[in-house]
Amino acid sequence: MELINKMLDGDKRACARLISIVENDEKESEKLIKTIYKHTGKAHIIGITGPPGAGKSTLTDKYVKLLRKSDYKVGVIAVDPTSPYTGGAILGDRIRMNDLALDPGVFIRSMGTRGYLGGLAKATRNAVKILDASGCDYIIIETVGVGQSEVDIVKAADTVVLVMVPGLGDDIQSIKAGIMEIGDLFVVNKSDIFGAQRTATEINMMLDMSQDMDRRPPVVMVTANQNKNIEQMEQEIQKHYQYLVDNGLLEERRKKNIKRELLELVEEELKKLVIRETENNGELDSMTESLFNKETDPFTLRDVLLSRIK
Amino acid sequence: MFDNEKFKQLKEARRNWEEKDLNKSLSRSPERKEEFKTGSGDKVERLYTPEDINDLDFMDEIGFPGQYPYTRGYQPTMFRGRLWTMRMYAGFSTAEESNKRYKFLVDQGSTGLSVAFDLPTQIGYDSDHPLAEGEVGKVGVAIDSLADMEILFDGIDLEKVSTSMTINSPASVLLAMYIAVADKKGVSPEKLRGTIQNDILKEYIARGTYIYPTEESMRLITDIFEYCSKNVPQWNTISISGYHIREAGSTAAQEVGFTLADGIAYVEAAIKAGLDVDSFAPRLSFFFNAHNDLLEEVAKYRAARRLWAKIMKERFGAKKPQSMMLKFHTQTGGSTLTAQQPDNNIVRVAIQTLAAVLGGTQSLHTNSKDEALALPTEDSVRIALRTQQIVAHESGVTNTVDPLAGSYYVEAKTKEIEDKAMEYITKIDELGGAPRAIDAGYIQKEITDAAYKYQMDVEKGDVVVVGMNKFKVAEKAPQGLLKVDPMVGEMQKKKLVELKEKRDNEAVSEKLIALKKACEGTENLMPYIVEAVREYATLGEICDVMREVFGEYEQSVML
Amino acid sequence: MDKPIRVLVAKPGLDGHDRGAKMIARALRDAGMEVIYTGLRQTPEQIVAAAIQEDVDIIGMSILSGAHNHLFPKVIGLLKEQDAEDIMVIAGGVIPEDDIPALKEAGVAAIFTPGALTTEIVQFIRDNVKR
Repeated sequence: MELINKMLDGDKRACARLISIVENDEKESEKLIKTIYKHTGKAHIIGITGPPGAGKSTLTDKYVKLLRKSDYKVGVIAVDPTSPYTGGAILGDRIRMNDLALDPGVFIRSMGTRGYLGGLAKATRNAVKILDASGCDYIIIETVGVGQSEVDIVKAADTVVLVMVPGLGDDIQSIKAGIMEIGDLFVVNKSDIFGAQRTATEINMMLDMSQDMDRRPPVVMVTANQNKNIEQMEQEIQKHYQYLVDNGLLEERRKKNIKRELLELVEEELKKLVIRETENNGELDSMTESLFNKETDPFTLRDVLLSRIK
Repeated sequence: MFDNEKFKQLKEARRNWEEKDLNKSLSRSPERKEEFKTGSGDKVERLYTPEDINDLDFMDEIGFPGQYPYTRGYQPTMFRGRLWTMRMYAGFSTAEESNKRYKFLVDQGSTGLSVAFDLPTQIGYDSDHPLAEGEVGKVGVAIDSLADMEILFDGIDLEKVSTSMTINSPASVLLAMYIAVADKKGVSPEKLRGTIQNDILKEYIARGTYIYPTEESMRLITDIFEYCSKNVPQWNTISISGYHIREAGSTAAQEVGFTLADGIAYVEAAIKAGLDVDSFAPRLSFFFNAHNDLLEEVAKYRAARRLWAKIMKERFGAKKPQSMMLKFHTQTGGSTLTAQQPDNNIVRVAIQTLAAVLGGTQSLHTNSKDEALALPTEDSVRIALRTQQIVAHESGVTNTVDPLAGSYYVEAKTKEIEDKAMEYITKIDELGGAPRAIDAGYIQKEITDAAYKYQMDVEKGDVVVVGMNKFKVAEKAPQGLLKVDPMVGEMQKKKLVELKEKRDNEAVSEKLIALKKACEGTENLMPYIVEAVREYATLGEICDVMREVFGEYEQSVML
Repeated sequence: MDKPIRVLVAKPGLDGHDRGAKMIARALRDAGMEVIYTGLRQTPEQIVAAAIQEDVDIIGMSILSGAHNHLFPKVIGLLKEQDAEDIMVIAGGVIPEDDIPALKEAGVAAIFTPGALTTEIVQFIRDNVKR
């Protein structure tokens, strides 16, 4: 496709168009990813997550500006929640990244969660692949860490940065356990506010309690809107990447993600296959009926369905 | 207010009335609506009686005009002593054009000047800045340097007239220019009377002409407080504004609550900067809106006065009575006026004028009927001015002080708004004060929520806007609207070129360097700005020096 | 799920009155669209760059400062330059009737003046968006 070639050359419109395809058109999306897959795997992928109000967008803006000083090409995907009632979304992260709109070395795309469980992770992963193929050195996925799908997104990242702020009324403990465990780096933003030190201390206490850690995630204090100490965060991200590379963990981690992606794709197709086979002729309904009437059990029927595929 | 026995009788009588007379009337013809609401969307009861205000202590809460807590007015004789200042906000195109309009207004009876600046000026850009393209002279007058300021006030006696300047981020520069112009006319600073808006927090919240970040902006503001208390003692150094907050869609209680919370932040900043509260508080002034629900608006102004007095006395320990008096300017609500059937706007403005006057405003701008379409022509602004004059001289409401006091409804509403506003202030205190609440987007979100609710009410038809969603007519395009000369931008650019050739560029450079150094330190910046202005440094040059040192504000939006 | 309509809502120029833009943003969201809101002080270049990266169907601009005759044609010009003319441009704010024909001629698909309802705007978008 001509679009793909343009994108590989770094054309932003082509990039944008292709991202829309992976958001909207499954069939085209597959064709597209098949073609560009061999061009992926070069970028350092960073996930930035945290509760609403933590200042992630401002932080991302400052971090990207820092990266740009060394002339790196950067892609940003900013994810915001889609309203479950209306299907619409206000994607407002760009506001804090206005200066970057005209930077030729930066591409920013806003995505809504669109109510797809797991589907979002797929669309984002594919958007990341496109940015990767187009030549980005760094790709930042910025998202609100309050749901399972957000946790899934950042699992696709090499480095996960968890942003916290003092005084949001949430104890560290009340933040979803799953999210705390995936942090490779903790950033306490708005550290000019009273209570910032206490937040850092709470995080450290929680880290103290976790046994079985090969590497203890560092805790960095920044004040994003005053551009304070972003350099330390950048260094720690670099250090984490180096740590992964030095210990063969980057390859291990990425292979784990790739394997998971492959299995997910298979699972999805298998399910579709079974449904296609059994839905139209009413077989799925009659199976459900017989289970409801306790005439048989789910495991027996599972084996029946599987035996047909083998 | 009533003794127990009489009170019991009243309750009994009311019950009687409800069971007999009211029910009979309702069964014959029900009321027009399920619920009746104020302009802000609050429920209004069918009837208010002494029951509703029985807890109010007349002496403590209502009292006398000119006495704490100033509910009835800041001064004992109010409009019997002196009418409010009829101060019409004006300015467009070049200083020459605006000067003509000011003279016209004074001629027609306005008693104070009010300067509207264009957007490049308000944001500290000269007319030749790339971002000024297309904006020069459109919403106000373009002022690039002292030279323009001299033309703006040509033939105007700055000793006799008081001037309000709607300028915020570069207020220091425009004030410096005003002082320099007056100086050239032989009027010393102690004689100057006027106001600068100088309220950065509401820019962040609702108006958008910010330049510098919060802390640095607060420094400029407190520098102005200090400078004026010593050198320009009759000048109102700030006009803490609720007008724009209301225009952005807030309720009346939010207008009071958020404005006073901003006021609290300014007082705290000034105290932190080492100023004694009584040294600057008497020169703080306020700026409120006047919307259509007349009775709610009157209650709002009274609530604001009472609440501010209490805050100044109890929270800040002010000793001087003048520190506790809330004095305010009012503008009739632009957002209430329609593009459809614009003549109707004259009626709306008349109602809003009544509201502001019954509420005890010190100064008033009335909008013209073409508000939703363009800047006012001479004809339409004259009607707006006449509206004030008719209320002043023909309506009788100025014959006595605070005539609506004692109304069961108005007193109950005053208390209700005061209480609600105080709740907002408490919440903002919990968030760490107005600046932090703004960073967190709390105030903006509250306003947007209120605005959206109102928008939906209008679109559903629950709120009637005459001529717009009811009583519509097919209309021709309006004629005779004011058009700003599109060549203004080019004219100003030429003037700038000439200015830079004529002035002493070395002196300008020197003064700008001195200003930069002062910005990096902690000295009061006003004297440096005055020096730079005198040498005809441009507004853009001065503001750019400050931009270099202070940086720029980054917007924070919560949708 | 139907592909949602994507709209860029922008405030071009120096005008800081954003009540209208915010109302539109919310209304479009409530109508199931994805709204990228840019905030204040957008240059035409920033608006077009964002519109392209976000692959929006529509750009909606709100302006009350009188600078529309200068700014709208600039945005449309830039879209043409960058081969993005298929992005529809609509506008709202204080825009005199007299100026509207020229703006439409320049390529603004619709102009919503004071009193326009959000429902009208949603309907216009639904009826006219090119897909």
